[in-house]
Formats: sequence, C-alpha cells, structure tokens
Amino acid sequence: MGSETQHESGMSRRDLLAMVGMAAGSAAMYQAMTSLGLAGESTYRGSPNLSGAPKGTSVLILGAGLAGLTAAYELRKAGYKVSILEYNERPGGRNWSIRGGDKITELGGETQTCGFAKGHYFNPGPWRIPYNHHAVIDYCRQLSVALEPFACLNHNAYFHSTNAFGGKPQRIREIDADLRGHVSDLLSKSAQQDKLDESISKEDKEVLLAALKNWGGLDNENRYTKSAAAASLRGYDRYPGGGLAGPSAPSEPMKLQDLLKSGLWRNLNNFFQFEHQNTMLQPVGGMDMIGKGFAKQLNGLIRYNAKVTEIKQDERGVTVTYVDQKAKGTPKQVKADWCVCTIPASILSQIPTTVSPKMKAAIDAVPYVTSVKVGLQFKRRFWEEDEMIYGGISSTNLPINTISYPSDNFGSKGPGVLLGAYQIVQANSFALASMSAPERIAFALENGSKIHPQYKKEFDNGVAVSWHRMPFTLGCGGMWNPSTRKEHYSNICQIDGRMVLAGEHVSYVNWWQEGAILSALDAITRLHERIVKTKA
Amino acid sequence: MIHVSFSRRALAIGLLALPLSLSAALAQDVKPTIGPPGLAFAPKTGADLYVTVCQGCHMPGGKGAVGAGMYPALNNNKNLEAGAYPVHVIVNGLRGMPPFRAMLNDDQVAAVVNYVRTNFGNSYSDAVTGDDVKLARSAN
Ligand code: HEC
Repeated sequence: MGSETQHESGMSRRDLLAMVGMAAGSAAMYQAMTSLGLAGESTYRGSPNLSGAPKGTSVLILGAGLAGLTAAYELRKAGYKVSILEYNERPGGRNWSIRGGDKITELGGETQTCGFAKGHYFNPGPWRIPYNHHAVIDYCRQLSVALEPFACLNHNAYFHSTNAFGGKPQRIREIDADLRGHVSDLLSKSAQQDKLDESISKEDKEVLLAALKNWGGLDNENRYTKSAAAASLRGYDRYPGGGLAGPSAPSEPMKLQDLLKSGLWRNLNNFFQFEHQNTMLQPVGGMDMIGKGFAKQLNGLIRYNAKVTEIKQDERGVTVTYVDQKAKGTPKQVKADWCVCTIPASILSQIPTTVSPKMKAAIDAVPYVTSVKVGLQFKRRFWEEDEMIYGGISSTNLPINTISYPSDNFGSKGPGVLLGAYQIVQANSFALASMSAPERIAFALENGSKIHPQYKKEFDNGVAVSWHRMPFTLGCGGMWNPSTRKEHYSNICQIDGRMVLAGEHVSYVNWWQEGAILSALDAITRLHERIVKTKA
Repeated sequence: MIHVSFSRRALAIGLLALPLSLSAALAQDVKPTIGPPGLAFAPKTGADLYVTVCQGCHMPGGKGAVGAGMYPALNNNKNLEAGAYPVHVIVNGLRGMPPFRAMLNDDQVAAVVNYVRTNFGNSYSDAVTGDDVKLARSAN
C-alpha cells in the first residue's frame, strides 16, 4: 500500500495526462494517452510568412492571452487591422505573475491582496519554459524579454514520503545515486557470474562492467558500498576540508530494500522527461513579462475589462457583443471581417456563438482541469541558509505535492517566495479548490512544515490561486482524451465561417504556453490563406 | 379543502424550514476532505462529497458564480427535478464541467445527488440509487 500510494505522488505531466484520459473515460485509454502528443520537438518554424494581406481587412481577436497576443502581433505585422477584446484588466491571461499589492478576486467574490515584498513574485500559472519550446523562447527574443535559468532538478532538494525513512526527507542526489548504485551492483553481479552470457559477448561484458562501475559509483570489486566512488555521487559524511580540517569521510548508502520500499525513486524520472530537462528557463522578474512584452507592441489595440456576451457571424463579417466590466451599462458591439477566438472552451461553450453544429459540439467537448497553487513568502530564505537548496523542486506524498524554491535572488538577505503547494487533476486538487484562500494557505503551511520545520516561525504571508475559480478561465487547461480527440479535435481546428479558434486547447501541447502560441500561428496561417483566397 | 391545503402547506413549510436551516448551518462546518493521492474521492456522505468535489465550482450553498463564464447555481434549481439529470451530468460531465465517472463510485454519485436535491432550497425527496448511476454510465 505504501509504495502504491507513493506511486500516485510526485507525478509527472505524462502520468497526469494519462490520468486525465482515465478520468474522462475508461482505463483502456491509459495506454493510448501515454503515447499522445508528448514526444518530438516543437513544430515552430519561425514567424509565419503572411504576405499579401488585402488592404483594410480587419481581424478581431478575442482574448489577450499568449494565443491572442501572438495572433494580433503577427497579423498586425502582416498589415491587418487588428483589435483585441480582453476580459481581464491586464494582458497575458494565464501568463500571469502576482506581486505585492495585487488584488486577486476568485469566483465567489473572495479577494486576496498580495503582501509580497518588492521584487518578489509568484507565477500561479505557467512557471517554467522547456528549452525545446522554441516558439515561446523565440518570442521572448523578439520582444526582448530577458530569460534566466529555472532550476528544475536540484540534487540537494528533497524527495519525501510520510511512509518512508520515518518521514525524514531524503536528498534527491542520495535517491538518484543509490538507485543507480544498487542497480549497477546487481547487474555487475549477474555479469560476473556469467548469467548474461546469452545476451552479451565477452568483450562487451568487460565494457559493461566498466560502464556500471562508472555510472553506478561502484568500488573496485564493482560493489556499491560506502566508498569514495559512491560518495563522489551521493555525497559525504564529511566533505574534505582545508588545512588541518582533514580528509573526506564517505556516507553510507541506504539499503536496497529500503530504497525500493520507499517508492521515492518514482519521483526521479520527472526531471529527465523531455520538457523538464535542463536547462529550463524563466523570464527575469516574472512569467508575465511575456504577456506584457506583447502588449507593449500592441499598444492601444487591446480593450480590457470586456466581457464577451455574444459572437455572431454571417457571410460578410463578425459582430461581437461585449459588456464593459468597469462601466457596465449597455452592451457594446465590435464588427470585423474575421475573428480569431482564443476564449477558453469552458467559457466559449457558454457564449451564444454562430458556429456549425460540429464546431459547437467540439467546443462543448473540452472540460477544464483543476489546479491549485499556493505562493508563500518567508521572512528569510531558510532553504538556502539552513539547507543549501538553491532553486529546484522537492516532491512529497503529502497533499501539497510540490515545493519549489525561487530561482532568482540567490543568497539575498531578505525574504523569499516559494511555491508551497501544487495540486492538479487528482481528487485532492478539487478538495483544495473547494477551500477558502486562507484555508489553502494554512494547509500548505501545515503540510510543508513536515519537510521544513522552519515554516511556522518564518512565515510572512501568502496567496492561493484555484484555477477553477478564476473568472477568466474556469480551469487551468483543456482536457482531451483519445476519444474526444478523435471525434472533435480536427473540427475545433477548422475555420468556421469567418472565425477560427486558437489556444492551448486547440493544440496537442496542452497546458503549455508553447501550445497556445503554436496553435495561434497555425490558425492565422490558415486564416490568412483563406482571406487571400476569399478576396481574390 | 381549503383548510386541508392550508395545513399541508403550513406543515410543509414547518417541516422544511427546520432541516433546511439546520443543514445550512451544518454545511458551513463541513470542510473538504483530503484523501489519499489518486483520482478517487474518499468521502461517502452527500454533504462531505458536495463540499469536497463540487464546492470549488458551484460554491458554498450551491450559490453558483459568474465571471467571464459561470457556474450555475444549484440552489433552488428546477433542473434538479428529474434525478436522472444531475446523475447524468456528474457521470458524463457537461461542457466546462468534467466527468466524474472515474473519480466517484455509484454510491457516491447517488449520495451527492440526493444531498443536492434535498438541500440548498431544493426538496426533491425521490432519492436516486446506484442503479440510476449505472444507467448513466452506460449511456455514454
Ligand atoms: C470544474 C467545475 C465544476 C465542478 C467541480 C462541478 N461542476 Fe457542475 N457544472 C459546472 C459547469 C461549468 C456547469 C454548467 C455547464 C453548462 O451549462 O455549460 C455545471 C453544471 C452542473 C449541473 C447542471 C445544472 C443545470 O441547471 O442544468 C449540475 C446538476 C451540476 N453541475 C452538479 C454538480 C455536482 C453535484 C458536482 C459535484 C459532484 C459538480 N457539479 C461539480 C462545473 C462544475
């Protein structure tokens, strides 16, 4: 039971996507899901070539998230007359950072005012950029958004389970080294006892033994023991000192049985997955620098606080009705020749819209995933000062799942903000989403203090975001499974009359910013072709 | 006749008023249940299930909420009259609302439906059963 429980924690995105498939349908989807959409490099091939835009043609873009902003930026460059309607009073959508003084109002009316110190922030949505997400990175380049490393794998952060090692957090490097070491030891033994002779030649066997010795940190007999070789990977009881402080003392590896039973090894591969490999990146100063960078280029073209209430189209154009959320009053209308709609399907499904029955069915087929994140500011950076953890992620089977330490301002004396809980998809994410914000923060503190006892003394203030309660999305991302993909995905991508949809939900790169941008580029490239053809 | 209908109404109001205010007070105290990791929800009673599974969207007391999109209010909701409808919605999802077929078992779906249909100003006393849930599962 212990290891089974552990299996569910520290889950990778791939595991979670598989779970979504299961949540949405039968267990048989598990296999299919794991082979969906996650492999391969980004299809990004640079900015699209949209030459020959007919003079004076207007395109209305709904939503100023990364999909809408990308569409607007490229279409305007191509010569189209673009304008954007956005529900929030800021650009970016889910590309969002929270700073001191910001007010966050969730559905239901609960409002938090963030109390973070100046210079600190928390990304409630996307928080790290894979090196293989070429589109996001290239737009950062174009928009002069400075990037810095996001420490994802930190060998000195923790894997933790309440069911293992008496609840004592283990350093990731120890789990990593001991798994490699013990596996190498066992395999070496088999080879040395000639048990692999059917699968390997004599010469290869010698090389294999050398490789295992090297990779596993084995001693001269190819055994994984308390040795200099093992210590060079898993760390020391005493690190070598200067002067009279003395030589190193190796540390004692954990027992194979304890390691296996702990299940902590299950957390490892999360860091080696394609999207989580080093080097991951983050915009300097907050993820929202990307949305803000786009918005600066589109100065004056974005109408904020606009709640879309109806989307109508005919052969001649598109008419969108919206209500100004600040001024309220009578609904207003905007007309355009064409429309790129990036409103999340969760919300679009509720807006009266002129589209084909197939498109309507597709929009209605994408429910939205839960996600709750808690950002905590502490008075001092005890994870750095006391525990030598500089950025990176600790994983636990506690219902906070994740603690992620800030990747900036290392060594600074003041406070620090960390991600204190990240629950997504699973049952407990709904439970957290159902709590009030102060309850979620208390929950993150209570649980996190089992890993970092300093929590309670050093806590300063926090914010909690439940994506199901975000008025502008009703969830953190679109939820496809193999059968809805098959039935509806190609339909949701079609140009429907004078409208095309874009966003992470219209991609195979779900829940990533890359998906939003790639979707927008694909949509506007096809829309442009259609427009040119229609005018010709 | 008039006398009878009067007293029946009075009786109905009297009977309803007490449990309603009681259950509203109780619902305030019920907190979301944190369970083991995984997809399956742990709670068994209707109140615990509502607060853990549904409240994040439909809000405490089934008030619903409105932003760019909305969560429909479940309080005083006439659409709950036919028990099969909420059963179907919970099992198979509805637009933005995810399906819970893999996260709730038959008894849990029935319990939360019966809870919602007899609370928050709703008083549909014909309880749904696990068999109704099985039917909804096979419908999709
Ligand atoms: C992710 C948020 C979310 C959660 C969690 C959720 N719902 Fe819903 N629910 C919705 C949305 C959105 C709709 C409206 C869909 C539409 O009409 O477009 C809805 C609709 C409904 C309806 C139909 C209402 C009507 O008037 O037709 C019922 C009944 C319902 N939900 C019950 C529940 C119950 C009971 C639970 C808990 C087991 C639950 N929901 C959990 C989002 C949610």
